[in-house]
Amino acid sequence: MTQTLRAETRASPLVDLKAPLARLAAGVSGWLIPAALVALWQALSSLGWLADSVLPSPWAVLQAGWRLTLTGELPRNAEVSALRALAGLAVGGGIGFALGLANGLSRLSESLTDSTLQMVRNIPHLALIPLVILWFGIEEEAKLFLVALGVFFPVYANTLHGVRSVDPHLIEMAKSYRMSRADLFLRVILPGALPSIFVGLRYALGIMWLTLIVAETIAAQSGIGYMAMQAREFFAVDVVVLSILIYAALGKLADVVARALERYCLAWNPAYRKV
Amino acid sequence: MTVAVLSGKLLSFEAPEHEAGPGASLTVRGLAKSFGASRVLESLDLHVPAGQFVAIVGRSGCGKSTLLRLVAGLDAPDAGRVSLAGEARMMFQEPRLLPWARVLANVEVGSGQQRGQPDARRRAREALDAVGLADRAEEWPSVLSGGQKSRVALARALVSRPSLLALDEPLGALDALTRIEMQRLLEAVWLKQRFTAILVTHDVGEAIALADRIVLIERGAIAMDVAVDLPRPRHRGDPAFGALEERILARLLDGA
Repeated sequence: MTQTLRAETRASPLVDLKAPLARLAAGVSGWLIPAALVALWQALSSLGWLADSVLPSPWAVLQAGWRLTLTGELPRNAEVSALRALAGLAVGGGIGFALGLANGLSRLSESLTDSTLQMVRNIPHLALIPLVILWFGIEEEAKLFLVALGVFFPVYANTLHGVRSVDPHLIEMAKSYRMSRADLFLRVILPGALPSIFVGLRYALGIMWLTLIVAETIAAQSGIGYMAMQAREFFAVDVVVLSILIYAALGKLADVVARALERYCLAWNPAYRKV
Repeated sequence: MTVAVLSGKLLSFEAPEHEAGPGASLTVRGLAKSFGASRVLESLDLHVPAGQFVAIVGRSGCGKSTLLRLVAGLDAPDAGRVSLAGEARMMFQEPRLLPWARVLANVEVGSGQQRGQPDARRRAREALDAVGLADRAEEWPSVLSGGQKSRVALARALVSRPSLLALDEPLGALDALTRIEMQRLLEAVWLKQRFTAILVTHDVGEAIALADRIVLIERGAIAMDVAVDLPRPRHRGDPAFGALEERILARLLDGA
């Protein structure tokens, strides 16, 4: 899409005017449908076609958000959820990244661990929830364990694949130029594996939120999921909807940060360059 | 039978015959290499005086690239030895630039030093200047043309001032005009720095345009070894150029 835009603007004599307009249009166009949906939702609620007990209006959800922000309940729960997500990502992603590198670089390490990991991978991590509750109760360890387990595999598999798919010609070149092992890793293997590692990271972010939602809904005493379950007991549908939207916003935020990081780190790759 | 690869900074046992320039003499004795059941090189002997420009020609699969890889120390021979009084650098068939490093950082790779040494950076700039790309230092390789990429690869090969440069058909993928430009650049740089050069090529014309001497390899052994006594710069229209090209091509086609 960006490629065709670029080609068109280059061919046009109105380059100066068209390029910013096209960029603006590209930025806005993605928000048109969500904005229309929210407007439709509000209209249906205002007309009374949507009962508040089924789906409260966007305005009512916003008000609930404001109310809970003032009481401090929303910021506190959002913080707890975000910290859980990040801690799980750091632990699971860190182990996955380290094992992916080790198994990508060393045949010995791979032959020792890879088949075990592939076996464990076939167990859906959410199936472990009853066991995790037996082990950890509903303490923090339970959520940390589940999120870490969930994000481990995408990071591990994509790091391993990235390290393996570095162009062997480049590695031979680096060796023929007497590059030290540390430099070979930092200047050739790691940057070569990075595009694949980012794919793993973005995939892991999706699993991270999903796991956290499930874990907080089933076994927690704080966090956005807990807030939603509490609200359900009091039939506070606006807070339930708010919780769902907060999850969506947090997920979107994580993806935006990951994309920005990707674009910065992979600026050398024409596919990731800005228009 | 002795099996040894001498590369790096080891001294050869023979004194170099020529002391001109910083090039190193190369001696290859009884070199043999097999891949599986096929013997690619059989007891090959070759002596290259310091600073000489040798072109190695031959049909595909004759063993010329294998010889070059053994000389550059990329592979180990099954038997025989390579003696070189200095360091060899390789310029590959493809530019093999790191796509995630800027042009200048790519040239710095050739210095064989840790990244970011001020000395390495300065010499990388000089090498880039020598191939006429000083103004592209901060570009990504992906925006360069094929000819520019091979010039960066040449700068990277030369930044450490090697005593021998091994060239494995580095110009093979370039278009005809860029190729002639690169040949001229290569000759100019060689005349200035006087390293020993070993060029593997399919193109007999390129070999005659650049080399002091042409070695023809056939089935893993030297089949022809001729000196090119033409004044530089050489012109393809020159009758002596054409006659030599005819002679070598005839021998190449004959050996089929």
